[in-house]
Amino acid sequence: MAREVTLRRKLTFTALAWLAALVLFFPILWTILTSFKTEAQAIASPPVFIPTWTLENYIEVQSRSDYFRHFFNSCWISIGSTLIALLIAIPAAWAMAFTPTPRTKDVLMWMLSTKMMPAVGVLVPMYLIFRDLGLLDTVWGLTIVLTLINLPIVVWMLYTYFKEIPVDILEAARMDGAILWKELVYVLVPMAVPGIASTLLLNIILAWNEAFWTINLTASKAAPLTAFISSYSSPEGLFWAKLSAASTLAIAPILVLGWLSQKQLVRGLTFGAVK
Amino acid sequence: MGSISLVHVNKSFGGHQVIPDASLEIEDGEFVVFVGPSGCGKSTLLRLIAGLEDTSSGSILLDGVDVTDKGPAHRGLAMVFQSYALYPHMTVKQNIAFPLKMANVDKAVAEKKVLDAARVLNLTDYLDRKPRQLSGGQRQRVAIGRAIVREPKAFLFDEPLSNLDAALRVNMRLEISELHQQLKTTMVYVTHDQVEAMTMADKIVVLNAGRIEQVGSPLDLYRSPANTFVAGFIGSPKMNLLTGAAAEKYRAGSIGVRPEHIAIATDSGEWKGTVGVAEHLGSDTFLHVHSDIGGLITVRTDGDRDIHHGQTVWLTPDPARIYRFDPDGQALRGA
Repeated sequence: MAREVTLRRKLTFTALAWLAALVLFFPILWTILTSFKTEAQAIASPPVFIPTWTLENYIEVQSRSDYFRHFFNSCWISIGSTLIALLIAIPAAWAMAFTPTPRTKDVLMWMLSTKMMPAVGVLVPMYLIFRDLGLLDTVWGLTIVLTLINLPIVVWMLYTYFKEIPVDILEAARMDGAILWKELVYVLVPMAVPGIASTLLLNIILAWNEAFWTINLTASKAAPLTAFISSYSSPEGLFWAKLSAASTLAIAPILVLGWLSQKQLVRGLTFGAVK
Repeated sequence: MGSISLVHVNKSFGGHQVIPDASLEIEDGEFVVFVGPSGCGKSTLLRLIAGLEDTSSGSILLDGVDVTDKGPAHRGLAMVFQSYALYPHMTVKQNIAFPLKMANVDKAVAEKKVLDAARVLNLTDYLDRKPRQLSGGQRQRVAIGRAIVREPKAFLFDEPLSNLDAALRVNMRLEISELHQQLKTTMVYVTHDQVEAMTMADKIVVLNAGRIEQVGSPLDLYRSPANTFVAGFIGSPKMNLLTGAAAEKYRAGSIGVRPEHIAIATDSGEWKGTVGVAEHLGSDTFLHVHSDIGGLITVRTDGDRDIHHGQTVWLTPDPARIYRFDPDGQALRGA
């Protein structure tokens, strides 16, 4: 009897998990399917589930806007901003994790609180500063902005990973003659590789998907894939099939990256949750 | 050379004074043990010498040179931690070679030193393993290997054996003592285990609440404890301390008698009592006697004596081995 109950439970939970996964995945699946439909099929009611598998939308999208330029801009700003953020965050998290002061928790909370502010609240001053510094529509400008807005999350994540590292080991390195940078490079960073890798991946994904600043601070030259998609929501009406093709092209690289690194990501996000 | 001097060293953590005022001389080549109960400041004192903590005031001299403001990397000391603190991402070989790499020692020279250290510590077969593939004793040996390759001025040990099981602890204790005989380098060793202190030290420093209570050789401390704290801490089983009528007879605030200095008889003696627990160790038996004179008295007797729970016995202390203390607990000398 007990075995039957377990089996039924197992089946129920498996079915529920599949259902939840399907609900989460459905928008992406629908976008991909729509990208292979004609514009008429895309807006048809009742909806068409099996597309005609036309590649016309992709050809149209590539001819109308240079996909690869946007793709490389996205790569540049997401990888660039992540690397700079890591460079700043590793020493910061190290200091906060291993030599905390009574105010460390407050500093961490303050950093996080900056994420709670609506971005639109500082859009005008940021825009003016960028204009005066000549950073509008430049990949460097976007890299700086994305570094700054994701820095609190990077510091928080690394801080959490570093807290798991026994301080004795760092002290042993100091006793062994390691000066500050050697302690970081030879001991702390290699021990925190899983944490650093998942922080890096998550931050690349966050930066890749960031739309508010990338759309508002660019025009054409530095526009990444987010701006590329938004250019398809035109005033003359939405072209769902083309928009879907553009979206599929924009999310494909990050989906592939996420798929390849899912083990690392899950490990990183649950790090420290269980011993 | 490796002499260490602490001159009026003071350490506070956020207004809480942990080491009030410690002054101490450690000669070159000495094996010094800091001993005391948990929280007495012995590890803090060691960390101050290591440079892992900053002093609040006072100075620390190494070979006569003031190193108070120098970081741990620049003091030329090596430390073995309670948790071993091995680098988990490195092999045994890389762990032992790490201090040499930090000192930019030539690769060939470093290789030779690592192999020598591994041979001395019986680690040659494990050089390519990671720390997680080693037993506790092997890990501790790697930690010691990492300390010896750099030929430090002094070794600092912070309760290095407390994570090992009892049998291994005795072996490692001997190995560390032998290492000291071979290297003749200054060693400062922290423990809460007075047996470790007694068996290993040239000089014991007894600490209590951050204060140095007494400094001396193990037998000095055993024979002439400066106060009731040292008297109670050094020696196993601990000294019996009696107050009231028993002490008044000897014109003292309290008296101390070690368990091995009390004769036990079943017919007559100075103090009458009833045997509570009898601990039979084979060679010795420790009897915990509920005495009429002043509470529980521990007596050490030979293992062949047949004395059991509930038996009435008479205890007689050896008058020449009675320690007298004033009401403040300080030793009284002379009759």
